[in-house]
Amino acid sequence: MRLIIDIAMTHIAGRGRQTLVAVIGVAVGVGFSIAMAALMQGGQDDFVEQLVNTMPHVQVTDEQRTARRQPAEDAFDAVAISGLRPRDDRRGIINPTEALSWLEGWIPGRFAPSLRTQGVIRYSSREVGAAIIGVDPEAEPAVSPIVGEFVQGSFAGLTAGGNNIVVGDTMAERLGAGLGDTVTAVSSEGLSRNFRIVGLFHTGTTARDEGEAYVLLKNAQILSARPNAINEIRIKLDDPNAASAVARRVEAEIGYKAVAWQEANESILEALVVRNVIMYTVVAAIMLVAGFGIYNIISTITHEKARDIAIMKSLGFGEADMRRLFLLEGVAIGAGGSALGWLLGFSLVYALSLVRFELAATGQEMTRLPIAWSVVHYIIASSFALGSAAVAGYLPARRAARLNPVDIIRGAT
Amino acid sequence: MTTLIEAEKLTRILAETVPVTLVKNVSLTIGENEFVAVTGPSGSGKSSLLYLLGLLDRPTSGTLRIGGRDAGPMSEAQRARTRLAMLGFVFQFHFLLPEFSARENVEIPMRKLARLSRGEMRERAGGLLESLGLADHADKRPDQLSGGQRQRVAVARALANDPPLVLADEPTGSLDSKSSEQVFSILEALVREGGKTVVAVTHDLDMAARMDRRIHLVDGMIENGERRHAAERA
Repeated sequence: MRLIIDIAMTHIAGRGRQTLVAVIGVAVGVGFSIAMAALMQGGQDDFVEQLVNTMPHVQVTDEQRTARRQPAEDAFDAVAISGLRPRDDRRGIINPTEALSWLEGWIPGRFAPSLRTQGVIRYSSREVGAAIIGVDPEAEPAVSPIVGEFVQGSFAGLTAGGNNIVVGDTMAERLGAGLGDTVTAVSSEGLSRNFRIVGLFHTGTTARDEGEAYVLLKNAQILSARPNAINEIRIKLDDPNAASAVARRVEAEIGYKAVAWQEANESILEALVVRNVIMYTVVAAIMLVAGFGIYNIISTITHEKARDIAIMKSLGFGEADMRRLFLLEGVAIGAGGSALGWLLGFSLVYALSLVRFELAATGQEMTRLPIAWSVVHYIIASSFALGSAAVAGYLPARRAARLNPVDIIRGAT
Repeated sequence: MTTLIEAEKLTRILAETVPVTLVKNVSLTIGENEFVAVTGPSGSGKSSLLYLLGLLDRPTSGTLRIGGRDAGPMSEAQRARTRLAMLGFVFQFHFLLPEFSARENVEIPMRKLARLSRGEMRERAGGLLESLGLADHADKRPDQLSGGQRQRVAVARALANDPPLVLADEPTGSLDSKSSEQVFSILEALVREGGKTVVAVTHDLDMAARMDRRIHLVDGMIENGERRHAAERA
């Protein structure tokens, strides 16, 4: 076996340029596969992360998933109910203190209660419809995606004396108002109140920047005439993947609808599965092309070595020796190419990670290419390369090893 | 005299669209310490017969015994093993492995057989090359050697595992007369001094005349395969 290895290495070393071309061929395939995988995986991870970050992991609202079971249904077997209307209950989540302290006990993460109501923000003659959200400035930063997006001011400004409000910059622009201006908030109850703008945020999501206004919880309760009520608990978990389980438990215990982010974005996640399929198809296609390159190069080498195969067979080497020899050469080229491909892939990924650009039109700004650094990409790419190099070395070697040396010796010049 | 090769009614037909008969009904025995010339016109099947005798090709029919063993039922691996241990080949073209030095080329069959230690192999390869006047060229690659030198390296390689039988296919066919003479004397010395058997295909009748025995082939059949006596040779 040592002899076979020696011959293989001498063959490879003795053909510097060809070996280099072969190794580079493999390396390019491996490198680009790695870069593509990193880019596509990165894009997806980034997307999911945005999804997870911009919304609460679990959102508990004062709605019920199904209409309450009517007593008539319990009393009689044949009951058909139609036109059932939800009861006008303005209390929001009943017993909020108890619910919150229960959550406090076990939730692996942070949460904040809030009261969301529909209203209009008015500034002189201009009006913009808005979701007026009453929050607790202490708890809110822990669950809100807006915290880091303030252009001016912050949630803390809400606690400073007087009636204060935080709005998105797009809304402020449409109203023509700026920081420090006093706007009027009108609720669907018809109540109105004046607020001074103490903060402007810009998340990049137009719906948010244009349609959300944050005030103190107490003020929201006054505006909507629902004293002490909250209708929303937003939960941010340490591990976003635990959201489904947490949501189930909360819903079972409190009875209100608790929606995990996965459920809220089901269609998007489904689309991601499709995207995943596309990603793997693209990466597999690149690898397939690389595999053919490897096959080509190694089978060419094997064909060129047909004479040497005949010589060695006439000396007394068996077919198995010849197969092993060229398999070894294929694998060696594959291994060398993989190693170089790792380097190439790493540099490509690094180079891509340095690319910066501005994108404001799509709503969500992106300043860097999202890149996923994963060892798995490297392992998959190189094992594929090694595999195809082995096949690429084996198939022509098997054919060549079977050749009758006499045919080659006869035809030699 | 021990018999090295015993062929009986060897026939080799190439299965082409029109079958080509290369060797037909050849029966012969070759013993130890013989110097045999295989002659005949072009296309008479000289080389084909040699390949059959050297286990490089399988006969279509007939039996071949080599060193007393029937080669017919041997597996490919066994045939390779037999070639390695019992046979040495010298072809018209040197057929050295181009990436290896002369010494490495000679060592390869020894390493494959793995009967000696690496040190002994090195020593033996050096000794063989030296005995063929190539002591200074041992570390050169084939493309750095002249045609005659390459052919002598090929002879050294054929002798690497000290086989009792050396088969040569037009060993001087592509050499100038001086190198031809040199290679021929080496082969002759193998028989006279080394006690080997050399079977050489040649179309050089002068050369054939200097060997002990001549097998003349015409159209794949032996026309004349008698042994001559030393007296006749002179």
